[in-house]
Amino acid sequence: MSSELMTLKLKVWRQESPEDEGRLVDFTLDKVNPHMSFLEMLDVLNEEIIKKGERPLEFEHDCREGICGSCALVVNGIAHGPQQSTAVCQLHMRHFNDGDEVVIEPWRATAFPVIKDLVTDRSAFDRIMEAGGFVSVRTGSAPDANAMPIGKVTADQAMDYAACIGCGACVAACPNSSASLFTGAKLSQLALLPQGEPERKTRVRRMVEQMDIEGFGDCSNHAECQAVCPKGIDISAIAKMRREYIRSFF
Amino acid sequence: MTNEFYKELEELLESGEPAKDKLEEMWSNHKQKIKLVSPNNKRKHEIIVIGTGLAGASAAASLAELGYKVKALTIHDSPRRAHSIAAQGGINAAKNYQNDGDTIYRLFYDTIKGGDYRSRESNTYRLSEVSLEIIDQAVAQGVPFAREYGGMLDNRSFGGAQVSRTFYARGQTGQQLLLGAYSALMKEVDKGNVELLTRREMLDLVTVDGKARGVVARNLLTGEIEKYTGSAVLLCTGGYGNAYFLSTNAKNSNVTAAWRCYKRGAYFANPCYVQIHPTCIPQSGDYQSKLTLMSESLRNDGRVWVPKEVGEKRHPNDIPESERDYYLERKYPSFGNLVPRDVASRNAKYVCDEGRGVGSTGQAVYLDFADSINRLGKDTIEARYGNLFEMYERITGENPYKQPMRIFPAIHYTMGGLWVDYNLMSTIPGLHVLGEANFSDHGANRLGASALMQGLADGYFVIPYTLGDYIASNDLPEVSTDNEAFAEAEKTVSAQYDKMLSINGNKTVMEFHRELGAIIWDQVGMSRTAEGLTKAIEQIRELKKEFWTNLKLTGEKNTYNKYLEHAGRVADFFELGELMAIDALHREESCGGHFREDHQTEEGEALRNDEDFSYVAAWKYSGDDELPSLIKENLEFDFVQLTQRSYK
Repeated sequence: MSSELMTLKLKVWRQESPEDEGRLVDFTLDKVNPHMSFLEMLDVLNEEIIKKGERPLEFEHDCREGICGSCALVVNGIAHGPQQSTAVCQLHMRHFNDGDEVVIEPWRATAFPVIKDLVTDRSAFDRIMEAGGFVSVRTGSAPDANAMPIGKVTADQAMDYAACIGCGACVAACPNSSASLFTGAKLSQLALLPQGEPERKTRVRRMVEQMDIEGFGDCSNHAECQAVCPKGIDISAIAKMRREYIRSFF
Repeated sequence: MTNEFYKELEELLESGEPAKDKLEEMWSNHKQKIKLVSPNNKRKHEIIVIGTGLAGASAAASLAELGYKVKALTIHDSPRRAHSIAAQGGINAAKNYQNDGDTIYRLFYDTIKGGDYRSRESNTYRLSEVSLEIIDQAVAQGVPFAREYGGMLDNRSFGGAQVSRTFYARGQTGQQLLLGAYSALMKEVDKGNVELLTRREMLDLVTVDGKARGVVARNLLTGEIEKYTGSAVLLCTGGYGNAYFLSTNAKNSNVTAAWRCYKRGAYFANPCYVQIHPTCIPQSGDYQSKLTLMSESLRNDGRVWVPKEVGEKRHPNDIPESERDYYLERKYPSFGNLVPRDVASRNAKYVCDEGRGVGSTGQAVYLDFADSINRLGKDTIEARYGNLFEMYERITGENPYKQPMRIFPAIHYTMGGLWVDYNLMSTIPGLHVLGEANFSDHGANRLGASALMQGLADGYFVIPYTLGDYIASNDLPEVSTDNEAFAEAEKTVSAQYDKMLSINGNKTVMEFHRELGAIIWDQVGMSRTAEGLTKAIEQIRELKKEFWTNLKLTGEKNTYNKYLEHAGRVADFFELGELMAIDALHREESCGGHFREDHQTEEGEALRNDEDFSYVAAWKYSGDDELPSLIKENLEFDFVQLTQRSYK
């Protein structure tokens, strides 16, 4: 790690449209400050591209503080880049060295088609949520919040699973492009809580079936998802999902 | 009255609030009196909801449950990305689960006082009242709030209050509440009651016979301008903090939808009321794209200090106790580090102005956890703030368990917004405004953990009632997108993009935005003067001229083009920035987040002028080359005594 300005050799995925084949394009970027975030580095590159009269790189971003789940870049082959438990918007350039080659690609999965450059369509996740990632409680019909005690340990565990930001890195990292960690996290959160009980069986069946419909693969325990998850969601979510699924038939 | 910057009109705005006999009965009386729509008729009405953050998602879900047909538009690829997701600290509710003397009245009183007596009593009381139901609703949805070992909900204390009434889910309360509202929304999408339209940016409001009857929106994937009709439009598009370029807002947060409504006749209220959050990570360089906030809940256990001496260069851990100035504890002994946000922010600026700021830029103060770690143990501190500490280390490379954090204020929330009446309806019939996009409940300053409360109050528990009253009271014949008002709106927005793409100048939209932001931050930021504001208006006008003649934009409009989107939003920030400065110039007093250097007490606190400024300043658009008009809503205080805010 250095505090000196760096020069980086970037290889960035460019693709005009979903139909376009796409290719890696080389850029050299100098004066990269180690305190910059990765996305700020791309901002600087885009300023140079625009000044040359060319079309800037498209990449998805919003909160830039690791919570909205918009940013989605594969950096040197790793979803969200080299720093563990970190969305790429929170990755800082101090983790790179002068002269490094940095390859930047979009999520790659059948269920996440590329829209343009580094932007993919992740609406499949919304449809999985739509299939059952909720408790059917009408506004205004809830009992007092303290009417149902929930042990601290259980509540904390539910929160661990609820921390998912829906970025899709788990899918991007999985050799099968499985959405099991994403789906398992929501199912585990609701299976742990008494609120999730009434719809427990239909929820797991519908969400799991929706994963198949969307074209995600199945889980074969590579655990790559857990390794890249910016929120550290535990792969036990997938075991829980499987248990819930089988349980739903009895 | 007319001056160089605005016209003042005689007419007064009426809030439409119910009779103010008893504060605690106003909302229930109002609900009994307003009209209902029968289930059969609800099905006939399409409601357009713009934005899917806390306010939008909760409103869309609740209205769909009632039987309305809802179209929900979001600029994001998924409703779950809305910026509500980033709120960390918590949500207030007067549950009194802690047995520490909290009541609805006390939450109301704290909110009114925290807002420096510039909000409407009736709205603020209603907000406090429905706060109880919000917690019930969220828990029923499966929101995993923090709990005690006995299984009951835990609370923490927050700035501006002497009771513990804040519910939280680690440092991710906004995320969990948004995911709750999002799940409710997706439940209704599944049932076919909500049509979800992602990656759509509302660019204009369409009025027919004077009523809001639709919108035009750009499909951000294809660039196509699409037209949507409805019986009413709900604007839930958040605040305008990104006018400052550097803020804690997400990059896509913008004022465009609200601003285009302003230009169609909705009044914009109190644009100069912005909130500066005291605990953000300081800027590190000129490439900086945004600032990161850390929850002010950190102030519960962290102590704010700077060195006593100017020019102190030692490592903070080497500076002995006797040479540190815990200035908040010293100046405000009863609230200490928990003074409201504006007071905490301004005091940080003062010590930095004195040259006692820390870090490489001198624009930061310390937030020190050493005492709390000694008292409670590292584990307790980690359980409370672990994710915030990690985030801090990730960004700065420094470990806050071992040395104090460096913090500095940043723009965070905007109290101003489109003017709404008690029913949350703007001055355009049928256009309702919810959440941060309206001006209504926080006066001149918002208390911590109250934004989530307001967004959800508006969406879950206010609009489902008040929208019905509008629908039942008005004749709303079907309109078609063939109506010429749609064609006119489409033409206007297309022409603006064509113009921006054709300039082919030398300066990028990012450069313009950064420059505009710097002007607004310097002159319409933490501390304001008449001279500075006048200068800012001139500078903004000049830069705006340059924007329209020297903008460099590449790419095309009929495709995904993030920089084109950005340019459209910056064009509106120029106009808004000018109005913010005019509003700040006209308000010759200090209140809450609006601090005029020429109006302060001997102790340097905000000095209100209740005699002349106890009103909401609503601004009416009269044309691009015309001065805006000021129209007032007088604020009457029947239940609280106006006092000089004191947190000593």
